[in-house]
Amino acid sequence: MNEMKRKEALSGFLFALPWVIGFSVFLLWPLMASLYYSFTDFSVLQPPVWVGVQNYVELAQDEVFLKSLTNTFVFAAMALPLGLVFSISLALLLNAKIKGQALYRTIFFIPSIVPPVSLAMLWLFLFRPEIGLINVAINQVMDAIGALFPLFRQPNPNWNPPDWFNDPAWAKPALVVMGLWGVGNAIVIYLAGLQNVPQPLYEAADLDGATPWQKTWNVTLPMLSPVIQFNLVMGVIGSFQVFTIPYIMFPGGRPERAAMFYSMYLYDNAFPFQRMGYASAMGWIMFIIIFILTMITLRLSDKKVHYGS
Amino acid sequence: MSGSGKLGGAALVLLLAGSMAVMEGGGALALGRVVNPVMQVEKTVVGEADKEAQGGPEFVPVTLFPTIKPSTRSVVTYWEKWTGFEGDAMRAVAEAFNASQDKYEVRILTVSNIPTKVTLATAGGIPPDVAGLFGPNITQYSMQNLVMPLDELIKRDGIKESDYVPSYWDMLNVDGKIWAMPSTPASTALHINKKHFREAGLDPENPPKTIEELDEVAKKMTSGSRQEGYKRLGFIPAEPGWWRDRFGYLFGAKMWDPATGKVTADSPENVRAYTWTQSYSTNYGRQAITDFQGGFGSFSSPQNAYLDGKVSMVLQGVWMHNFIRQFTKDFEWAAVPFPYPADQPQLANQTYVDMDILVIPRGAKNVEGAWAFIKYVQSQEGMELLCLGQRKHSPLTNVSQEFWDKHENPYVRLFYDLAKSPNAMAPPKIGIWPEYSGEMNNAFDRINNGADVKEVLAAVTKRMQPRLDKELFLRRKRLEAGQP
Repeated sequence: MNEMKRKEALSGFLFALPWVIGFSVFLLWPLMASLYYSFTDFSVLQPPVWVGVQNYVELAQDEVFLKSLTNTFVFAAMALPLGLVFSISLALLLNAKIKGQALYRTIFFIPSIVPPVSLAMLWLFLFRPEIGLINVAINQVMDAIGALFPLFRQPNPNWNPPDWFNDPAWAKPALVVMGLWGVGNAIVIYLAGLQNVPQPLYEAADLDGATPWQKTWNVTLPMLSPVIQFNLVMGVIGSFQVFTIPYIMFPGGRPERAAMFYSMYLYDNAFPFQRMGYASAMGWIMFIIIFILTMITLRLSDKKVHYGS
Repeated sequence: MSGSGKLGGAALVLLLAGSMAVMEGGGALALGRVVNPVMQVEKTVVGEADKEAQGGPEFVPVTLFPTIKPSTRSVVTYWEKWTGFEGDAMRAVAEAFNASQDKYEVRILTVSNIPTKVTLATAGGIPPDVAGLFGPNITQYSMQNLVMPLDELIKRDGIKESDYVPSYWDMLNVDGKIWAMPSTPASTALHINKKHFREAGLDPENPPKTIEELDEVAKKMTSGSRQEGYKRLGFIPAEPGWWRDRFGYLFGAKMWDPATGKVTADSPENVRAYTWTQSYSTNYGRQAITDFQGGFGSFSSPQNAYLDGKVSMVLQGVWMHNFIRQFTKDFEWAAVPFPYPADQPQLANQTYVDMDILVIPRGAKNVEGAWAFIKYVQSQEGMELLCLGQRKHSPLTNVSQEFWDKHENPYVRLFYDLAKSPNAMAPPKIGIWPEYSGEMNNAFDRINNGADVKEVLAAVTKRMQPRLDKELFLRRKRLEAGQP
């Protein structure tokens, strides 16, 4: 290696050093420490005691852990596809060249800059069973449908809209609905992707007499596929880490732990219950689950992903 | 892009995301933020005369980095959770302490999510000198080595057990050592709406004495029906729903048996208690109750179910008066001891006691200063200033006439007397209580929704027993080793 190359390598390393230090101190070290703690009985202030795989064995039999895992899978299964369809549809609409386009884009992005805690408080109001806006709206729509089409009238006069917070069956759907409100980030990424779709493809499609629907299905979506894949992977990661909003809205995972998600049980073990070793084991299991799911997502979607030009 | 590059990129994203998952707690920590740090800040305020001379609007220069006045005294750092009038009361006490001597200076920092932050700061070797934590978790703090035992300091400075209301002193003592000192205590009582009593043709001066009478009175005060919907409920165990984990206490239950080390969540007394709470959802209709509850406003608002007249009787603490005063006008209310089961008259005058505490975290730099401040709070003068400001009663046995005269809550003596009753019940002194309590809350919900009481409580017992076994083993080991 000549002098210049060595100098370049040195300065390259020096430029990367702040990141390397930050990564090692704030990520790699805690990461490795948590792996070690996952094999110990550790309450933060007492020295950890090695217990082998006991935490993992105990987790396999822990009802609440299994419940939180199931809840998280169910939530992800509902939230991911819905979020994907919702955000792509919105992005396509917001890409339409109409008056006030920038304004509409801003309006749809605004919800995603609301801090999660305020968001939770806001939705607590909206979801109130009797006087919340959502149920009031559902009631009025149902009444209107009943008046217009007597056939569809609710057969049960005591019919009520969902009791979002007290009925275990409705807690997760409530969170999914809330999640749809915050798709602004995904929309922005899709919009960026949409700007990269080569115009000649549309022109060629026009020449072939394609309908707008055919253009969307055969040109836009394939060209958008790398972005969709990215958002899907981030979505998988995000829905498995759902924490702040349910932690505030459903203390203790109420009702009947229907809203006890993985991260919530992890946090409860780490801090209020002082079982940091157990929580670390949960963290690693989550890591492995997300890793496997992401690999599956990438494998399954790779064949469908087209990289443009 | 090549396939391997893509995989590498994905792996990196995963590594980052996964580590975020591992440190989820850390992420959540960022949620809580430090509010309103109280520092002695040197302010430059333009004098009145100058202002007049300028003739313009008031001008206060704002400095980006206020300088903290260096103190010649030994500084005692104190983290506390309170905000609002409760925070103001503690700041007044700290100022009184600072003025009472010239050796130490207490500086209060208001901290949210305080147990976690004190734990992490202590683990990091930089704890505050004094921290305001929660009484029911003393066992956990002591087992964790979070706090210092105070026995030697207590003995040295002549603080005596007899200075305190027994139920409060007992909360401080875990495995034969004292780990904390009280800041402010609280007890509970049944709060009744007198107007509703009269409307139902009942005498508000003759409130229910037994739980059976309570059920009876509640039925009479209720208006509306299960089919048509309720307009008012006399009483429901789920409002405000704060002590759902220990309804058993009302029927003489214990949450565990110190003699045998057994979890007793499914003891006959507990089964009886939760059968009673279930009777409300069976008799009034679970769906009808939840529909009615849907119209309740948030606790701290004029739409609070009790203040708004939707529920006529609630179990509440000494603090309820503050909300009554803040949100209502001409609200006719009274606080009375919570009823007891008719066949257990020895359980009369029961109350749930709770307490906020002051601790010295292990590794605190200024232990002497911390203790000097805690000792000042324990003096009758300091304690009454604090408890008057926070509108609670004092945990001390000596209370001045002035305190009673000045206190705004007309029932403060009742709350104090209830705390002195042999049936004043604190949360169980076990470190697993936070988890156990979560289990009981979940059990309450399930029972409320119609699950079998015995089955649900047996499941709680089964789940918590191994946890308690482990805790008692560790505590025994610690005692045998002569720690701390």
